[in-house]
Amino acid sequence: MEENLIEKGESSREGEVAPALIAIHPRDKSAVVAVGPELRVYDIAGNCPISLSDDSGGPSHSESIRAIGFGANGSVFASAGDDKLVKIWMPDSWHCTKTVYAEKRVSAVAVSRNGQHVVFADKFGLVWAIALGEGDEGQAPIDNKAVPILGHYCSIVTSLKFSPDGRFIVSADRDFKIRITVFPKRPLKGAHEIQSFCLGHTDFVSCLAFACPIDYPQGFLLSGGGDSTVHLWDFVSGRLLHTCDFGAQAGLVNSNGTEMEGGSAVIDSGCIFDKCSLHGIILLNCDFSARTLSIAKVVTMEESYVPTSLGLSDLPKHLWMVMGVSNIPTLGTTKLLSRVRVVSGFQKDPSDSCVHNAIIMGDGEIPGGEELLEKLQGSLDVAEEEVTLAATAAAVKTSMHNLLIKKQYSVEKRELQKRSRNDKKLKQ
Amino acid sequence: MSKNNNSTMRQNGQSARLPRKRFYRARAHSNPLSDSHFPIPISPADVDYSQHYPHFFPSERSDHDNGSTPTPKIRFADIGCGFGGLLVGLSPLFPDTLMIGMELRDKVTEYVKERILALRAANPGRYENISVVRTNSMKYIPNYFEKGQLSKMFFLFPDPHFKEKNHRRRVISLQLLDEYAYALEVGGIIYTITDVEELGDWMRSCLEDHPMFKAVPEEELEADLVVKLLSFATEEGQKVARNGGQTFRAVYRRIMLEDG
Ligand SMILES: C[S@@+](CC[C@H](N)C(=O)[O-])C[C@H]1O[C@@H](n2cnc3c(N)ncnc32)[C@H](O)[C@@H]1O
Repeated sequence: MEENLIEKGESSREGEVAPALIAIHPRDKSAVVAVGPELRVYDIAGNCPISLSDDSGGPSHSESIRAIGFGANGSVFASAGDDKLVKIWMPDSWHCTKTVYAEKRVSAVAVSRNGQHVVFADKFGLVWAIALGEGDEGQAPIDNKAVPILGHYCSIVTSLKFSPDGRFIVSADRDFKIRITVFPKRPLKGAHEIQSFCLGHTDFVSCLAFACPIDYPQGFLLSGGGDSTVHLWDFVSGRLLHTCDFGAQAGLVNSNGTEMEGGSAVIDSGCIFDKCSLHGIILLNCDFSARTLSIAKVVTMEESYVPTSLGLSDLPKHLWMVMGVSNIPTLGTTKLLSRVRVVSGFQKDPSDSCVHNAIIMGDGEIPGGEELLEKLQGSLDVAEEEVTLAATAAAVKTSMHNLLIKKQYSVEKRELQKRSRNDKKLKQ
Repeated sequence: MSKNNNSTMRQNGQSARLPRKRFYRARAHSNPLSDSHFPIPISPADVDYSQHYPHFFPSERSDHDNGSTPTPKIRFADIGCGFGGLLVGLSPLFPDTLMIGMELRDKVTEYVKERILALRAANPGRYENISVVRTNSMKYIPNYFEKGQLSKMFFLFPDPHFKEKNHRRRVISLQLLDEYAYALEVGGIIYTITDVEELGDWMRSCLEDHPMFKAVPEEELEADLVVKLLSFATEEGQKVARNGGQTFRAVYRRIMLEDG
């Protein structure tokens, strides 16, 4: 019964927009923005825009990209989405080397720590693995074929992340659940051993991040969700260490946990996390010895700026943000604009107040400068296009709102439909 | 989020005690086609089992022993318990073991609750170790059980879902076995039986393919008291037996995953 619901829910997506995504190379070498089916790459190290090339023999993305990500050392990049394609890129040359066909639309993607496997989740809650290179030991390389390795029954996986030591694959879903699974040596045989479940969210889980203090290399897991909280977990045991209810704390109405990134190679005591919310971001501070989270700083932005995705490298000097959508129903424009902004002030600072001087940089000051903006945004003057920006912000808010109230709404809507049917009867 | 605690409270209906609010959560994915909502514990720690097994949870325990006696834990789970015949059959065999039935259908769950309360009333001191919850076991096993908590899981005469495209609705699948392996302790046993040969083959091959389960040898099955209940204890089993139907059984042990 529930399956029908999901199947139905997924097929009737009219008016649904895909948020723009941003990813930063772990060594700050490049920045990638995905808007709709477009993948835009700027080489920060070489200071030039990149044009992608494709040796995979497969098609290019034709529908909205829903998930992008670099592998831990930046040697692999993956993109996937509504067109059911999973594309694997080599960031040193930005060639696509592999295109894998998924059976369903893809909702999340991650590259294993050793760069040997790409995992992705489909809209039926199945998580699949693709072997890069040789394939699993003792098995013939399975070319361009993904193998299911685990499943979240009848749910949608919203985020996939590997633990810092690569031992675990973490999957979060719309049903408030976070599953920690041992990532086996031969993943193509399935990832069956569940280490723990992290249960505590009371709404969908939207994002995952790891924090790795020097004296705790195993790391801590952070999760954010539609319940306006960020949870801090001892993920090996599944124990909830602390909850930061920023909805209540910061007095923010309706913050909806779009995205979270955690710097994973960050500093001694103060680690930086950020939480995207309406017109701004919240920077969280994690006190690792006390195992608590607190709000370090709220960076607010102009009304029309609603970040849809955040990006950090492993050496996070900067926090990158993008706002954009795959299409703006009200404008009907075909030009896919996005707006990139950068927050500075993330320099390593032995004192724990490392985020207090976080400020939004001017367009001219950001790494890569205007040339980068021209590439990633699709236009330099996007800031001038107020109508487009406002419409984008509205579309983002609507889609988040829909995500939040999806199911509750459907009951109300049915009531409404019933009533309107009665109205019709009365009129006749 | 909308608060539908009122409706969940009504349906909880197990105790006059006010349910703790955090026990309930707004239903995100229940089927809106039926307006029913059932409460889902956020995590196993949030389930108040003293309501289910009052005899095993003396009310003033927390005042005296500061957690020195461990809280009794559920050890057996009957998944898709239907009208509860297995629980009723198992209860006197393992009077000190807590068991729970999990059932999706509201009315059926209510029936099992009534049945247990009636048995307790008629047989003072007995049937105190069995209870039932209404839930979708295919989604919420981890919300009820901690890792390695269970020693036995039962899947008796589950719905067959014949059509190929509906196979993923089957309550035994390679993916769901991961969760059952999580809830079962090493050495714990999963019992399955069906009168549908095709489903019997399916369940056996899923278990066979899963690296954390190993078939229990036939000699051991003969010595296992519980095995005898599989085909006759439940309502479905009795129906099949009355009609002289064949049954197909697969009983597997949870083993450690070999490194790989
Ligand atoms: C054919 S009956 C068998 C009942 C019982 N085990 C017996 O042998 O008499 C299958 C039962 O499983 C229940 N069921 C099906 N899917 C379920 C789910 N996902 N979670 C809990 N119960 C479920 C059905 O409501 C039904 O009562």
